[in-house]
Amino acid sequence: MAAQVVSAQDLGLTFQTGDGAVEALSKINLAVTEGEFVSFIGPSGCGKTTLLRAIANLEVPTSGTLTVNGMSAEQARLARAYGYVFQAPALLPWRKVDDNVRLPLEIMGLDDVAGRVSRNLELVNLAGFEKKFPWQLSGGMQQRVSIARALAFDPHLLLMDEPFGALDEIVRDKLNQQLLELWARTKKTIVFVTHSIPEAVFLSTRIIVMSPRPGRIIDVIDVDLPKQRKLEIRETPEFLKIAHRVREGLKTGHSYED
Amino acid sequence: MRIERALPLLAVTLSIFIAWYLACIPMNAVLTTPKVAAAGGGLANTLTFSWNEARPVLPAPHQVFREIWNTTFAVEPWSIKSLIYHLWITLSSTLVGFVMGGLLGIILAIGIVHVISLEKSLMPWVIASQTIPILAIAPMLIVVLGKTGLPDIFTKASISTYLCFFPVTIGMVKGLRSPDVMQQDLMRTYNASSAQTLWKLRLPASLPFLFASLKVSVAIALTGAIVAELPTGAVSGIGARLLNGSYYGNTMQIWAALFVAAFAAAILVWLLGEMERQSLKRMGAKA
Repeated sequence: MAAQVVSAQDLGLTFQTGDGAVEALSKINLAVTEGEFVSFIGPSGCGKTTLLRAIANLEVPTSGTLTVNGMSAEQARLARAYGYVFQAPALLPWRKVDDNVRLPLEIMGLDDVAGRVSRNLELVNLAGFEKKFPWQLSGGMQQRVSIARALAFDPHLLLMDEPFGALDEIVRDKLNQQLLELWARTKKTIVFVTHSIPEAVFLSTRIIVMSPRPGRIIDVIDVDLPKQRKLEIRETPEFLKIAHRVREGLKTGHSYED
Repeated sequence: MRIERALPLLAVTLSIFIAWYLACIPMNAVLTTPKVAAAGGGLANTLTFSWNEARPVLPAPHQVFREIWNTTFAVEPWSIKSLIYHLWITLSSTLVGFVMGGLLGIILAIGIVHVISLEKSLMPWVIASQTIPILAIAPMLIVVLGKTGLPDIFTKASISTYLCFFPVTIGMVKGLRSPDVMQQDLMRTYNASSAQTLWKLRLPASLPFLFASLKVSVAIALTGAIVAELPTGAVSGIGARLLNGSYYGNTMQIWAALFVAAFAAAILVWLLGEMERQSLKRMGAKA
């Protein structure tokens, strides 16, 4: 059996706000094994981003246990166990593309800086754009730079928080396909947050459907599509069946509202 | 410069000169009235006397410019009569004070951004320091610092420092805090130290704020250096010229010194603007 990369038991996270306590996560049980592509999907406020941030130790759970690579989330962050891709590229505007990818390497004091930069830029199909400033690139290209940056120090775990949410459909399709190829080549474990059903089904080996108030898991769906997927797979009955189940899950999660 | 852009500037300058020449007539009336009457009155006599009084209350522009010419290009640059010499005395202490004030402002801002208790304990003093009229505190500072045996230039520069650290502190606190939450989270995911975050994220992000503050600071540093020359009865420097001019009722000397000081301040601000443009261009600013 493959090693567990992320494991959560009875995880809860409550934010104290001016209007009282908000239960962002409640009784989350989750296990992500090595090499998986797991997606969290759900409406806004369901805690999918909070869960990802908890794994990254950017939020601290208020109850339950959470381990990343067999360590506590904090130890994992201190050990630089994961690469994180944010909703926006979050590139430093005064650094050229290659210098942005170089940033984590400088901070971590790693060697073979030039080699890592060029390999990872090649991986996201951005060879030749090293000397551009971020504003000279399109939104999709900027996000690819941020993926190259997250991969630059070769973490085994990649955490992605709606990385393509701000991009248009056509660019998103293309990047989804590139991401699958990248995943197949690098054999990373990827935890991915999205609110797009086709994106989740297309990319994932497993889909975690979440629901708000309190943020909880309401369904876990294994995607038994072949690992090599083309965009056309989205028209097949198998694909549509899984998408339908995700949609139903999201609907039941919402039923108590309105 | 294209004519369309120069036109408004020209119009404003022209209006100021017209207002100035007109103002000379009533301002100098107390001196000119008997002379005009003796010369037989009339508009032409009024204007001639108002604008060419030897010791006017308000000198006309051309008199001021002649005074500037006479005290800059018509004399040895390093003689005591030369405005260039006096300007250099003031400017050197301005620059020393500006550099010290800029550094102090940046260091304070870095402290305030990194240590929460410093913001609470230091910020009120920083703000209080600026509510004290500089003219009240300058003589005390100069006397106290004068006793420490520091070179005179540092004593004078301390007033500039006192005035110009403030905009830098305020601007840099804002600038160092300008990186968004996502960029700060990014540094956390790398387990970056505070020093690395400061050096690689906060300082570069604060550069536009720094330049905006420095442009304000350099102008008030010059004011500070002039003010610092007043209480000591200095014999050289723009402040000394102002003091000397007012002792002897030499208004032309005062106006000439003021013009040269204003011109120097404009040059300093322009220089900083150029440095800003160059460095932001290198940091990838669009055009």
